[in-house]
Amino acid sequence: MDWTTIFVTTVEAAIGLETVVYALAAIGINIQFGYTGLLNFGQAAFLGVAAYGLAVTVATFGLPFWLGIVIGLIATVILAFLLGIPTLQLRADYLAIVTIAAAEIVRLVFRSVAFKDVFGGSDGRQGFSDGFYALNPFPRGEYGIGPIGFNERVLWILVVGWILIVLACLLVYLLMKSPWGRVLKAIREDEDAVRSLGKSVFSYKMQSLVLGGVIGCLGGFVYALGNASVQPDVFGTELTFYAYTIVILGGAARVLGPVLGAAIFWVLLVFIGNTLSELVAAGYITFMTTTQVGPVRFMLVGLGLVLLLIFRPQGIFGDKREIAIDAR
Amino acid sequence: MHADEGTTPSSRKAALAAFAGLPSEPGVPKPDPILVVDKVVRRFGGLTAVNVDHVEIQRGSITALIGPNGAGKTTFFNQLTGFDTADAGEWTFNGRKMNGVPAHKVARHGMVRTFQLTKALSKLTVMENMRLGAQGQRGENFFNALIPSLWRGQEDEITERAEKLLARFKLDAKSEDFAGSLSGGQRKLLEMARALMVGPELVMLDEPMAGVNPALTQSLLGHVKDLREQGMTVLFVEHDMDMVRDISDWVIVMAQGAVISEGPPDTIMSDPRVIDAYLGAHHDAPLSAEELEEQLHEAEAELQAEAEGTPASTKEAAE
Amino acid sequence: MRRAVIAFTAFLGGLIFLLAAGPTTAWAEGEGLKGTLKFQGQPVNGVKIAVAAENGDPVGEATSNAQGEWTISVPEAGKYQVTLDTSTLPPGVQVRDGNNKRTPTVYESNVSNVLFALVPSGQGGKETGATPAPTEPSMWGRAPQLIFEGINLGLVIALAAMGLSLIFGTTGLTNFAHGELVTLGALLAYMVNVGFGLGVIPAAFIAVILGGILGYLQDRLFWGWLRNRGSGLIAMMIISIGVALFLRFLFLFLFGGETEQYTEYNAQPGIQVGPIIAAPKNFIVMAIELAVLIFVGIALLKTRTGKAARAVADNPALAASSGINVDQVIRIIWTAGGALAALAGVMLALSQSLKYTMGQEILLLIFAGVVLGGLGTAFGALVGSLVVGLFVQVSTLWIPPELKSVGALGVLIIVLLFRPQGILGRRERIG
Repeated sequence: MDWTTIFVTTVEAAIGLETVVYALAAIGINIQFGYTGLLNFGQAAFLGVAAYGLAVTVATFGLPFWLGIVIGLIATVILAFLLGIPTLQLRADYLAIVTIAAAEIVRLVFRSVAFKDVFGGSDGRQGFSDGFYALNPFPRGEYGIGPIGFNERVLWILVVGWILIVLACLLVYLLMKSPWGRVLKAIREDEDAVRSLGKSVFSYKMQSLVLGGVIGCLGGFVYALGNASVQPDVFGTELTFYAYTIVILGGAARVLGPVLGAAIFWVLLVFIGNTLSELVAAGYITFMTTTQVGPVRFMLVGLGLVLLLIFRPQGIFGDKREIAIDAR
Repeated sequence: MHADEGTTPSSRKAALAAFAGLPSEPGVPKPDPILVVDKVVRRFGGLTAVNVDHVEIQRGSITALIGPNGAGKTTFFNQLTGFDTADAGEWTFNGRKMNGVPAHKVARHGMVRTFQLTKALSKLTVMENMRLGAQGQRGENFFNALIPSLWRGQEDEITERAEKLLARFKLDAKSEDFAGSLSGGQRKLLEMARALMVGPELVMLDEPMAGVNPALTQSLLGHVKDLREQGMTVLFVEHDMDMVRDISDWVIVMAQGAVISEGPPDTIMSDPRVIDAYLGAHHDAPLSAEELEEQLHEAEAELQAEAEGTPASTKEAAE
Repeated sequence: MRRAVIAFTAFLGGLIFLLAAGPTTAWAEGEGLKGTLKFQGQPVNGVKIAVAAENGDPVGEATSNAQGEWTISVPEAGKYQVTLDTSTLPPGVQVRDGNNKRTPTVYESNVSNVLFALVPSGQGGKETGATPAPTEPSMWGRAPQLIFEGINLGLVIALAAMGLSLIFGTTGLTNFAHGELVTLGALLAYMVNVGFGLGVIPAAFIAVILGGILGYLQDRLFWGWLRNRGSGLIAMMIISIGVALFLRFLFLFLFGGETEQYTEYNAQPGIQVGPIIAAPKNFIVMAIELAVLIFVGIALLKTRTGKAARAVADNPALAASSGINVDQVIRIIWTAGGALAALAGVMLALSQSLKYTMGQEILLLIFAGVVLGGLGTAFGALVGSLVVGLFVQVSTLWIPPELKSVGALGVLIIVLLFRPQGILGRRERIG
């Protein structure tokens, strides 16, 4: 058993790229679902549209990196409006079905042969991240403490990612303390009551959808830049569902819930995966093979989601009196 | 501000004076109407839930809207407040056309309603509930929200106003509790207090006494009367005849979607049309099994729809 | 009443006689690499593909099957070298530009597609593409065939959709795990067929019965328990997502990511009926689906249980007040829903392919059928599913086949926007 490797990869997972990407996606979902009660099951599409907006602008059309970011952001906002204008009047379960269908449409279009010239089909796009790494202030080399370390590229994307997370959390903190956030939480509880008090529920839901989408889309950028590539199937419904698991794990309607949730989620996933692999390789576990370790981890995700919602819907850090899960 | 015990408050005298000599006829014009409704129709499939030809609500009065179950009172409320769209008709509030205006704008114009099933926002504190009612909050704008100094001052004013109202409604001790922890009656009080935070001219109460502990009824009644003292107009739906008699200056009776009678409470109670509407079903031959089931179905549908905050509706397409 | 359920489930199984299993499309999940080799629109089989890790250590080998497809699973995400053994290509065929190596990156729980464009020897230029449209007769010449395939798909969707819709109607649960019940049926039949060596027909029979039993147990032990605890509908919806994830990866764990097929009725030659060409099993599959749907329809209309089921789906509170045992009806619906979903899975596996994501892939189409027909109505789900099936297939006259689901999902969205109660739904259901 190589416990050092397990320890190192686990610690790296806590602050690693996946954690950053999923934390940003989950912060967005937390605004939409945790605070406003909107069941947006299409968060993957927001990440995807941003990532592809960047990738296509730079890789397909050869335009500058910053323009790619701007186009990614614009595409995200447009997607939010396209999704929101017709659907925000629908009740929760219909909204869920519409958004999940829309996200699948986006993914299928990205991977289609018909648009291969633009989106690159199922292989996606590469070669758009040079502009980002050209900004890297860290000279070449390995950075880290003891055995835990990253090269300068990973360090750069992680620093940017965590700065974005801090900014997003600060934004959520300020907003949710304000009267604006109060309206959102009230909509989660009962939108008719909010209407009867003279607030435009539609406008606030739209603001929530756009804001959550834009924060989520930062995760899309981080993913694309961190991997220096995008593929359509990354942005499948499972991304959205894992992000929901993260929100619930950390505690819905908690400012830091999604961040802690994402770190715990990936630490557990990596730790369990590595430990099981080691145990299988060392012959302690004989009823599965190393290739079966992957599925086991995600079975545990599903099981964890079920158990959390049944026994601890407020998540690890939530306050039961304030949980938001069941607002309709 | 409070009415003196035992004497008839001045506002009540004024209201009664305004109604003096008006004939007890449906659609009778009032001297100073705040709300004028014309030919409002709402159909659900084949069923006409509301068909109100003409109704006026006198400013500064307490008007009761009564009628048997399924008479369309709540649906009518929903039309007027923009929570449901009428198929036809128009109505004006303070001379301003209000048909087709969305619910939140209706409220901003000063026509604020409560709900039959109380909509206290249970995971917000009582104080947050109250603050939510205030209009024109700078901090409710996304960008302003990020700069607390822009809205702190206003928030303090709102809090002060809310504290006063809560004290009046004897909820001040609960102000930091979650609204979900209140009793049914306290929630009704909170909902009414919250509606007042909007600063309404016309307060529309949908069954304010439903499900309220009898001990609280008197205090609620007092609060309703108080609204008139402060120059507000009250329109309320109620089943409890004693309460209607006690506090209303004028009563409008609906049956099967239409206004069938209106007049002072005492006159209304003895109006044969009203008695018929309330008791008609029982006077007639016993209902057939199908009719009973149909009635039950309607009642259920209404209940369910009201639980979801939407008006009752019936089958649109048969299976 | 329980005996009626058992009889009904047995009936479903009993219908699965005279069956055959079909061509499969290779696919793999977990982390892996896959591709399809086609030359001028025709699949190329028997081509060797080798995968090595970035450092050159061999990882695996595969040979393209009759559909030209190959899959190789890899132990972890990362960069791999894929080499096509050009000596195994048919004569006169070469890889475009002569480059027979690819270095794709495999991502976490993803299968990377690796493209080898095959061109005639001595020609390096024109791309044939991975899935070029085969030359077909005129557009309208294809229409009858597509309508046939559309009905075929629609009937499968309808089997699953009826259960989903009735479960929604009776319990309010939007069950995201219903697709996994479809997969479950297909895999159970596979387990019996391959594991115990029984024929496809008895295997299907057993799978349907097991599907019904598992549906019953699921409600008895899980969903019913949650309802009694007072779990909210949104919470239950998210719980169903957890259940779906758990089951999906359990299937992957137990059965692996490979595409499987039943032991019998593979590769049946097509027969021509009028303008339609299809394997005989497809006609039989459709006949069974139709028979089951008609049977279920009659049961819903004529039997006491069926009427009670519709009444509960229509208005649970009213039904309860009129003396119907709502819990029992819900349990029957879950049993029947489980059995129908299992049957849909077996049928889908027979006419297409069998893999652990098959239910997930069809789930949104099932939702589309249910929503189109009106959530909570049984016959609406039937009509809606047929419309969705037809739409998906027939739309390929105008749009590329790979985008056919996009059209159906687009229709789903439009229907929800303009007629949220669906075709046969009732307005009062919408909030």
